[in-house]
Amino acid sequence: MEWDWNFVWQIMPTLLQGVKITILATLLGSVLAAIVGLGIALLRRSPNRIVSRTTGFVAEFIRGTPLLVQLYFIFYVLPDIGILLPPLLAGVIGLGLHYGTYTAEVYRAGIDNVPRGQWEAAKACNLSASQTWTRIIMPQAIPPMIPALANYFIAMFKETPLLSAITVLELMNQAKSVANTYYRYIEPITLVGAFFLAISLVSVVLLRFLEHRYGRIER
Amino acid sequence: MTAPIIKIDAISKSFGTFTVLDGLSMQVMPGEKLALIGPSGSGKTTILRILMTLERIDGGHIEIEGEQLYHMPKNGGLAPADERHLTRMRQKIGMVFQLFNLFPHMCVLDNVTLAPMLTKGTPRAGAEKRAMELLDMVGMSAKAKAMPAQLSGGQKQRVAIARALALSPKIMLFDEVTSALDPELVEEVLNVMRKLAAETDMTMLLVTHEMGFAHDFADRVLFFDRGKIVEEGRPDEIFKFPKQERTQTFLRKIIAAGHRV
Repeated sequence: MEWDWNFVWQIMPTLLQGVKITILATLLGSVLAAIVGLGIALLRRSPNRIVSRTTGFVAEFIRGTPLLVQLYFIFYVLPDIGILLPPLLAGVIGLGLHYGTYTAEVYRAGIDNVPRGQWEAAKACNLSASQTWTRIIMPQAIPPMIPALANYFIAMFKETPLLSAITVLELMNQAKSVANTYYRYIEPITLVGAFFLAISLVSVVLLRFLEHRYGRIER
Repeated sequence: MTAPIIKIDAISKSFGTFTVLDGLSMQVMPGEKLALIGPSGSGKTTILRILMTLERIDGGHIEIEGEQLYHMPKNGGLAPADERHLTRMRQKIGMVFQLFNLFPHMCVLDNVTLAPMLTKGTPRAGAEKRAMELLDMVGMSAKAKAMPAQLSGGQKQRVAIARALALSPKIMLFDEVTSALDPELVEEVLNVMRKLAAETDMTMLLVTHEMGFAHDFADRVLFFDRGKIVEEGRPDEIFKFPKQERTQTFLRKIIAAGHRV
């Protein structure tokens, strides 16, 4: 089998469409994972045992089952109870929930790393619980965890081909359809790998920068 | 006869199986400068932390200006205080910590203005004006825009004092505020506290190992051991003529360890 550059240029627009969807899914999934993770981390710290235990159980359940199964569940099973989601939305929810359970651990570590004295100083300053969280704890907890969060977002990016299983027309799915149409796999699949590698490398450079910029906090 | 500003009545506190305070009672008069001395683990820091509501008590009552700290009136009896009651009571009390606990992500000025702006709704301009006065008093106005990481320990502690004063508390608690400082930085913090004692009529409770400072600063010295007040009196009485053997032993050890009296 020969590498055919003409074929490469012919399928490029279709693949770039897929790249767009892949990046969009990653960005939306990351935002959702960041929010879900914060929610889980806060609920697990709830003084109400029922709330913290239930959240812990649900998070453990999501983390302990494969993302692919969860995607099938959201896209193919939920319609049985009347929840019909468009493929991309279902995919973003799957990615966000799944990775949210991991980012929750990052938040937990970040919050635990804020010294106890900061909580006590906030109390001595008579700040309310929400003021303590938003003004004192989170501003100190978040910068050191940005590199770890970014790491998960890069990992999520590389898992987006799973969304092809629920008909999202992301990069892998576009490549497969091109390949199935022309019976040529070498160019589309190689290009998929090349796109992922290129974007990952750029992301890693960005990650190094974030580590340098936010990795440590001066006290 | 004035009423005591702090009235502690038979409070007890345990951490697990370790009983720190067991039925402790004491009173503090308005404007009094009180030094709490004694060996580590004797409960003196725990008293300050309880007054700041950083620890809950297991039993007993505390009154601040005649109002219950950990209880509130309810249906003719007393109920455990809720967060709103505690917030109101905390306005009367400020605390300076051994490890400063400045907010590292804000500049010196913001450290001092944050609480008045958030808890009292003071407008920024007013809060900054007052903060600059306080920073001036502790000799830190030139560093108003500096970040805490750029300051020495003594400078951090002076900012922490200004931060606590910004809420105009009636009672100030100083928890071993010079223990974490290099020896040459201790004096600058003590000087600020001397000035504070001379210029204000604030009630001050001081936990310290600086016996010389406790002697000059305090109106009354309490010697604690195992959660009990073993001996109390004017600084001269305690430091020059301690009556109890445990006080004598403690002071001998402290002097042997190189602390000045």
